Amino acid sequence: MSNLLELQQVEAYIQQYHILHDISFEVPKGEVTVLLGRNGAGKTTTLRTIMGLNQASGGSIIYNDKEIGQLKTHSIAQNGIGYVPEDQGIFDNLTVGENLKVAMKKEDEETTTRMEWVLGLFPDLQKFWKKPGGQLSGGQKQMLAIARAYVNENELLLIDEPSKGLAPIIVEKVMESIQQMKEQTTILLVEQNFLMASKIGDRFYIIDDGQTIHNGQMDELKNDKALMKKYLGIA
Amino acid sequence: MNLRHIERSTWIYIAFALLLFIVPFLFTGRSMLFMIMQVFIFGIFAMSYDLLLGYTGIISFGHAMFFGIGAYSAAIVMDLNDSTLLSLAAGVLVAVIIAAIVSFIAGILTLRLKSHFYAMLTLALAGLFLVAAEKWTSLTGGGEGFTFRLPEFLRDSGTMYMICLISLVVFFFGLRRFTKSPLGKVLVAIRENENRTESLGFQVLHYKVIVSVIAGVIASFAGVLYVLSLRFIDTSVFAVDVTLDALLMTIIGGVGTLIGPLIGAGLVEFAHHWLSDLADVHWIFERWIILYGIVYILAVIFFPLGIAGTIQSKFSNRVTKGLFKK
Repeated sequence: MSNLLELQQVEAYIQQYHILHDISFEVPKGEVTVLLGRNGAGKTTTLRTIMGLNQASGGSIIYNDKEIGQLKTHSIAQNGIGYVPEDQGIFDNLTVGENLKVAMKKEDEETTTRMEWVLGLFPDLQKFWKKPGGQLSGGQKQMLAIARAYVNENELLLIDEPSKGLAPIIVEKVMESIQQMKEQTTILLVEQNFLMASKIGDRFYIIDDGQTIHNGQMDELKNDKALMKKYLGIA
Repeated sequence: MNLRHIERSTWIYIAFALLLFIVPFLFTGRSMLFMIMQVFIFGIFAMSYDLLLGYTGIISFGHAMFFGIGAYSAAIVMDLNDSTLLSLAAGVLVAVIIAAIVSFIAGILTLRLKSHFYAMLTLALAGLFLVAAEKWTSLTGGGEGFTFRLPEFLRDSGTMYMICLISLVVFFFGLRRFTKSPLGKVLVAIRENENRTESLGFQVLHYKVIVSVIAGVIASFAGVLYVLSLRFIDTSVFAVDVTLDALLMTIIGGVGTLIGPLIGAGLVEFAHHWLSDLADVHWIFERWIILYGIVYILAVIFFPLGIAGTIQSKFSNRVTKGLFKK
């Protein structure tokens, strides 16, 4: 299977701090690739670097056979990469409808169909269509953030910790939605909730101290208790 | 257009605008009409500031520069030519072109950086224009300024009032439509989360520069109206006070509301007039700027959304978070 995204020895700084030392991984088309690792390992920085929100200081980021490491964030987004950040990035003073519409790159029949599909996936968004984003609950905000990335035909979705701070019942719902998206889009997921990650992920990479140190198929990891304990602290 | 789709607030604004059209028939006193005209002019100026601060989160310390550019352009062109409608149109055109060029350059140079760079550059440029206006006496009359003649039809205060009112109505409804358009929503998105807007595929710098140019051009038009209402120009149009007035009008009225700056303009202009009249009662009223300072501090502490913002938040679900983030 061909790779949609490929990172080779990517390095990045945040101010004077060297956060990413050597990040290398591949995201095959049509799969869900999960980045795992402890807090502070560099997972979020990796996603931000792919999106151009942090500038890579070394290595290469190849998307669809094209180097995107030096592109500006808006160009990267225009190339078909959607991003759901850890803090959701909801526009508090825009309504749910405006939050979704502002993200739409075009208003053709296909996008309208996608919008209807997304609203079917998250009926709460339809219900609170005119409510300001800032007044939604944590779970609703997360749904809105994911829906916003999905109203456009993005080839790749970067999703950062979608289960963070959510009640288990909402996590189930979010997970279901990602499962459905998986059928149409390639996903790079950062997730601390191993149960969730293992259910939807096809392959994994473990990041530790800014380096990719291990990778494999998700099924292998599920059966390797020693590895899970060593790198993820899961007994 | 289906009338049923027009918002209730729009009907209220239309009714209020129609009321303002009959004011000249109710108040025949020139000073009262002049004061209301000043409210209209500074209302337009403050709305242009609101577009920057309230909708896009861009802070400017030198917005007076555009007001002054408009005022001087119109005055100089009218002074150098016959007092005809054509020279007035040429003056407006010159004002708009210079304001657009200066705001474009200021925007493209600084808006890619953090917002205080734009604030500092506009402050510096406004200072530069002030010095130029003082020193280039052959053209500007220096610190003492100069008077000029208006075309015949503009000498009637009733006509001037109508021109100011029509301008206000056009800019208010035009900007209202603009801020409710998809482009306006992108501006709000930029104000709330620049990185997020960029990662949705919007080139934030372009949008900020567009807003900078629109705000600059509208402010320059307000400057043109101001100088036409006075028939006199001096360097005070470039003073920091003019920017502070716009800031005060916007904050008191309510940032990000458009109607707020108009309310703020009314309050500030009338307060200025009445407080100056009270100077005989106590010397403190001569120093009305001190009272403004107190009002400003109280407004920021107790009414961070301003008058219109507070009212809107009672009737709608407007979220306060994010408006003062920058």
